[in-house]
Amino acid sequence: MSTLTTSSTTSSSTADTNTGLNDSVTIPVNHDMKSMFLKKFEQLGSLHFVITLLFISTLYVTVCNLAFAEGSFLHVSDYTVSLFGKYLCYALLALAVDLVWGYCGILSLGHGAFFALGGYAMGMYLMRQIGDRGVYGNPDLPDFMVFLNWTEMPWYWAGSDSVLWMVAMVFIGPGVLAYVFGTLAFRSRVSGVYLSIMTQAVTYALMLAFFRNEMGFGGNNGLTDFKEILGFSLQSPTTKLALFVATAVALAIGYLVSHYIVNSKMGRVVTAIRDAESRVRFVGFKPEHYKLWIYVVSAMLAGVAGALYVPQVGIINPGEFSPLNSIEMVVWVAIGGRGTLYGAVIGAILVSYAKTRFTAIMPEAWLFALGGLFVLVTLFLPKGISGLLPNIFANKNKQQPLSANAEVKS
Amino acid sequence: MLRIFSVLIACLLSWQTLSSEAIAAAESKLPSLFKQLPSTKLSKMKGLIDQISATNEPQVPATLEYLLNGELYYLKANKQIVRAKVNANKRYELTDVLTDTPLEAVTKSAIKKIKTNNALRGKIRGLLALLDLTSADKDIRIKAVKQLLDKPNSTGITAVTALVNNEPDEDVRELMSVALLVNQLLNDGYEAKLAAIKQLKTSLEPAVKNAMSNQLEAIADSTSEHDKTLAAELTKALADIDDRKGIFEFLETLFFGFSLGSVLLLAAIGLAITFGVMGVINMAHGEMMMLGAYTTYVIQQAFPQLIEYSLLMAIPAAFLVSGFVGVLIERGVIRHLKGRPLETLLATFGISLILQQLVRSIFSPLNRQVASPEWMSGSWQINPVFSLTYNRLYIIIFSLMVFVALLMILKKTSLGLHVRAVSQNRDMARALSIKSDWVDAITFGLGSGIAGIAGVVLSQLTNVGPNLGQAYIIDSFLVVVFGGVGNLWGTLVAAMSLGSINKFLEPMTGSVLANIIVLVGLVLFIQKRPKGLFPQKGRSAD
Repeated sequence: MSTLTTSSTTSSSTADTNTGLNDSVTIPVNHDMKSMFLKKFEQLGSLHFVITLLFISTLYVTVCNLAFAEGSFLHVSDYTVSLFGKYLCYALLALAVDLVWGYCGILSLGHGAFFALGGYAMGMYLMRQIGDRGVYGNPDLPDFMVFLNWTEMPWYWAGSDSVLWMVAMVFIGPGVLAYVFGTLAFRSRVSGVYLSIMTQAVTYALMLAFFRNEMGFGGNNGLTDFKEILGFSLQSPTTKLALFVATAVALAIGYLVSHYIVNSKMGRVVTAIRDAESRVRFVGFKPEHYKLWIYVVSAMLAGVAGALYVPQVGIINPGEFSPLNSIEMVVWVAIGGRGTLYGAVIGAILVSYAKTRFTAIMPEAWLFALGGLFVLVTLFLPKGISGLLPNIFANKNKQQPLSANAEVKS
Repeated sequence: MLRIFSVLIACLLSWQTLSSEAIAAAESKLPSLFKQLPSTKLSKMKGLIDQISATNEPQVPATLEYLLNGELYYLKANKQIVRAKVNANKRYELTDVLTDTPLEAVTKSAIKKIKTNNALRGKIRGLLALLDLTSADKDIRIKAVKQLLDKPNSTGITAVTALVNNEPDEDVRELMSVALLVNQLLNDGYEAKLAAIKQLKTSLEPAVKNAMSNQLEAIADSTSEHDKTLAAELTKALADIDDRKGIFEFLETLFFGFSLGSVLLLAAIGLAITFGVMGVINMAHGEMMMLGAYTTYVIQQAFPQLIEYSLLMAIPAAFLVSGFVGVLIERGVIRHLKGRPLETLLATFGISLILQQLVRSIFSPLNRQVASPEWMSGSWQINPVFSLTYNRLYIIIFSLMVFVALLMILKKTSLGLHVRAVSQNRDMARALSIKSDWVDAITFGLGSGIAGIAGVVLSQLTNVGPNLGQAYIIDSFLVVVFGGVGNLWGTLVAAMSLGSINKFLEPMTGSVLANIIVLVGLVLFIQKRPKGLFPQKGRSAD
């Protein structure tokens, strides 16, 4: 697809050719120093702003949950803590989607798979922690395996009771999938809608596979009924709060990492690939390497989000692989504003909050609202909410143009 | 025997033409014979039963059946012949045999059984088999012979031996001779057995295979020279039969594969032209199919007395409904997202969510039942192991018709010319005064309309529910990618081969794993040939 509309891109190509790939081209030369300084400040400004906001809200929730008694006006209930924890997981996931879509132009409709894989790695660890307290009381095997009359742990679950291995798998599982799929897809230059549908097809295939009981992933019911994590009961409010704080920290780290990536030299190349892949290739870079690299990082971030999500909601099942989930993630980013990291975070939290409210008040309307959001945002808000902010980040947005032209290229 | 019956039937027919009194006389014969039942002695029963069966009345088979099972009684009060069945509270539920009307239940003392003995029962069995074998209905005759094949008995064989040469229908005659040959194989001497094996080699009746393997088992340990030859022949014949059966099983799987393939074709072909022309993926394509299926449902609800014609009405209706919605989507949304295929994908996905929820709100989230017309049910039995179900057969034919029609539209009409021009080079086509906007709208409407037709077809195969389309969107896209964008022939080949691969894998791996294997295989295939089986030539196709 990359040069599908060769002719339609010619109009803007002259301008691009003149200015090259440097992203500071819009800034007049005589203001160079000043604007460079401004840029730096604003970049750091948005970074500090987001991190500070995250810190304050985490602190607020923590204090209000611990210090104020139930019934108090300022009290934050345990339920709300878990709910916020969930939102933060989504925010981290949205960051991952934004990295590949907003910055590299790869519309992945399969990030739900990475999320779920991370979740399964964590879920299995939690399953093993149940030990002999399961329904069947088998000290070695989780309930669903006993139920299938299995006598020993399949090889691929070896070591799943160790924390270190679990943490490793949270990264390795999604990472390997992304690496294999990415290598295959990017090497043969599958891009655009092809790539999107391919990612969706893989996710769909994984969903079908995980639904099978014989696969040893818990089948239909998935993994659930967890008791404790690292020796702390999952039911206790303190653990929930700790998980929430851990998620907030993970989000902050994820944000920092993403911020570092997109502002590094590699990140610049990635952005350039989004805007004009062929040109980057002609200049001498290997786009597929950069794409693969950002795709794997993004998959790992999604895996971490999944791993933190599972203990907070208490279940992971193949439904997480469903195409609709993956697409919802894209909507978060689209609504928040892709190409901006804070936009992804805002979008995820806002849409998830709206979903919680909507499904409680009128469940019927949620899909209407979600569908409507898809249409309206793509039609009227191509830059999402962050594009609306009349803001201190204005220059930053200019540096990452999301022109129609760029989209065709991707 | 048959001759007697045919003479009898001829007589009856000629009487009918003569006078209505004669008919009354002919019909009234059975009651008077029934009257004699209670009083006839066992020794005279044979004659009476012969007379009863000779009337050839419709009640006769049932009556004989009851008599055979010891369910035939008469009321002590008025000698009425009834069928009696004991119910839970020890009372007998009665049915009048002549009129088949239920009567009041009585206690045991009010009725008396009509007695039979072994000889009589044997006689009745023979008569029953004969009645079916000589029935005027071909299907009943076939059923009777099949029964005989499954459970051979000497009376039946004698009857068939007498009937086989006068059998008017070829199929029945063939089946009858198979039955005779099986009998020959089981009961006759060595020479006859060998001859029978030779002829039976070509038969695919399951009973033949059973008989052969039984025979083989029976003589397996025998040391006689004859039996050894026979065993060798039998083994060879069985292998032959298995080979032939294998071929037909292959054909059957292929048929199922093609029927799945033709559904995929219908689903994908609309997508293929919209994707080929506009370069956008319509994620709401599946929902267009869903709309088509619901249109069928609505039409069946609106005209409940016209179920037979409902599909014929639904096809144009679904085309219009889905096509109209498609044009609306194109004009309302997609037009504004020109050149941004990823956004189009997202927006159309949003539309698909809205349409799903809309249907859920209007029709309820539960699946709706769509009736199949009479002519769609049943199957075409080609031989005992190979039959084609009519609904799948029609679907294959229909989808090929749609394919050809679309091909004709694209190749022979000016609209098709414009569509092809725009799909090859939009700007150049515009420069040559083709209204590309208009072409887009029409193409989208056409593609969606075909999806609607696919929905009508799907309503005959699966449940009609709000999620109907979702399951097909990924598959359809894979078909398009596999076949090569902008190439209808590619879509045809891809759909049929994907359908067949799926169906051939299914028995080995189960349907879910087959699905997964196909998906993974396609992802790998795209590595080798990113542009599908039949890539469009030229630079613009990249």
